Amino acid sequence: MYVAVKGGERAIRNAHDLLAQTRRGDPEVPEIGIDQIREQLSLAVDRVMAEGSLYDRDLAALALKQARGDAIEAIFLLRALRTTLPRFGATLPVDTGTMRVRRRVSATFKDIPGGQVLGPTFDYTHRLLDPSLATEAEPRKPAPAPKKSAQAKAAQARAAVQEPSAPPPRVVDLLGDEGLIEPSPPDTGAEPPDLTRAPLAFPAERETRLQNLARGDEGFLLALGYSTQRGYARTHPFVGEIRMGAVQVELFAEELGFAVPLGEITLTECQMVNQFQGSAEVPPQFTRGYGLVFGQSERKAMSMALVDRALRWQELGEEKTAPAQDAEFVLSHSDNVQATGFVEHLKLPHYVDFQAELDLVRRLRAEHAARGDSEPQDEPTEAAEATP
Amino acid sequence: MATEPQTTSPRQDLMALLAQASQSELDAVIERFAPLPRVEDVRPAEVGLCMVRGRIGGDGSPFNLGEATITRAAVRLNAIIGVSYLLGRDPERARAAALIDALWQDTAARPAVEEALAPVQTRLTALREVEAASTDATRVEFFTLVRGED
Repeated sequence: MYVAVKGGERAIRNAHDLLAQTRRGDPEVPEIGIDQIREQLSLAVDRVMAEGSLYDRDLAALALKQARGDAIEAIFLLRALRTTLPRFGATLPVDTGTMRVRRRVSATFKDIPGGQVLGPTFDYTHRLLDPSLATEAEPRKPAPAPKKSAQAKAAQARAAVQEPSAPPPRVVDLLGDEGLIEPSPPDTGAEPPDLTRAPLAFPAERETRLQNLARGDEGFLLALGYSTQRGYARTHPFVGEIRMGAVQVELFAEELGFAVPLGEITLTECQMVNQFQGSAEVPPQFTRGYGLVFGQSERKAMSMALVDRALRWQELGEEKTAPAQDAEFVLSHSDNVQATGFVEHLKLPHYVDFQAELDLVRRLRAEHAARGDSEPQDEPTEAAEATP
Repeated sequence: MATEPQTTSPRQDLMALLAQASQSELDAVIERFAPLPRVEDVRPAEVGLCMVRGRIGGDGSPFNLGEATITRAAVRLNAIIGVSYLLGRDPERARAAALIDALWQDTAARPAVEEALAPVQTRLTALREVEAASTDATRVEFFTLVRGED
């Protein structure tokens, strides 16, 4: 009856050795360096940092190497590592308004103060495989500085109402100045809830939801965001602004009595502008969904903003009709480390559980057969038994 | 907008610069002051985490975005405590930064420290100029096309 789950040490050890060997691949091919992963697979590194919820490019690159490129496995490694480190505190909230912008686009206004810069984007590429990347040919150098053509000068003049080096103002503020869009929820000075300290509980505040979404699985959020566009909790989204670039991080140090600048991190921010009918108290105005993600990760930031907005149905007096609005469903299933843990644990030994189930089925069948001796049997049961 | 006034002290400016300097750049600064008197490691360099916060909508209520690795260190040099906090896991670089922070606090040594750090500022400025120029080259103007009939 009882099946002991013991032993297997030798097999496990050998499997780990085999894994290491398989990870290395053909020894004739030079081994990949952490620096190569960090520099050349930078978006994979960004994804691991975002969902691993740990900003450290070198660690994320190392995790990717160890995980043979499996993003979720690498994310798992980062999550495990963070539990071994002490926390020195929380930073001052980063100011994305002062971002050194490397990309900034708006789908709501053609001409925005500060202008639109495409930056390093896949947008407008033809999605044709480039055979030259299979060789070691140098890529074409990016254009050094814009030529001051009459057109460029005109654009510059329009864009540079403020001094050219000043960070561009937020696009949503242009609407905010006219009261056409809801303001951000004010800072009450309260400590934001922290999912790494207190488990997820419902109803979850918007701060908790955003923390959850920021570390949530990109694919899951993408699918949910997509579902809102297809009519499951339609929110009429427009990309008010996407910006990506470096922001300064500062930590208040007790012993010094001031905030210490720690260096810069790269973030992607998405301000989604959505429709709202208004109510008896509130005149019609646009509403907002917000996305903020470690690294360059526009798809994730946009998906996050869509889902953030969908989850606000109650606050905005909307009807709950779709999965993307269900905080309990969304937030409980967004974490891919938890999800993979529970799904993948199914392959681990369940011999005892299964033995109990097997026993139960045998007993039920015996009872069924005993009943069958006295009563006429149903046809479908016979058919089911005939299948292998 | 709920943003604090952007006032930074000279020491914060120094720390911002140190946080972005490489090990060899920091070593080159310290080299100038050799031989140093005894340096006491008040807080040996230590790697840990900080929770990075963002704001809802960019300017609203704060929320926890995710953590980042940081390294901190504190040293005592001629009775002055130098402190450093920087992103990443780099005890050696954190100790060097704390040492320079201590040197800088000595007003007599400050001009020499700042002079020694000038190349770091020059490198960062050049890097940013290149980045700004290549970003600026991707500046676009979209045109909406007006159709004759409508």
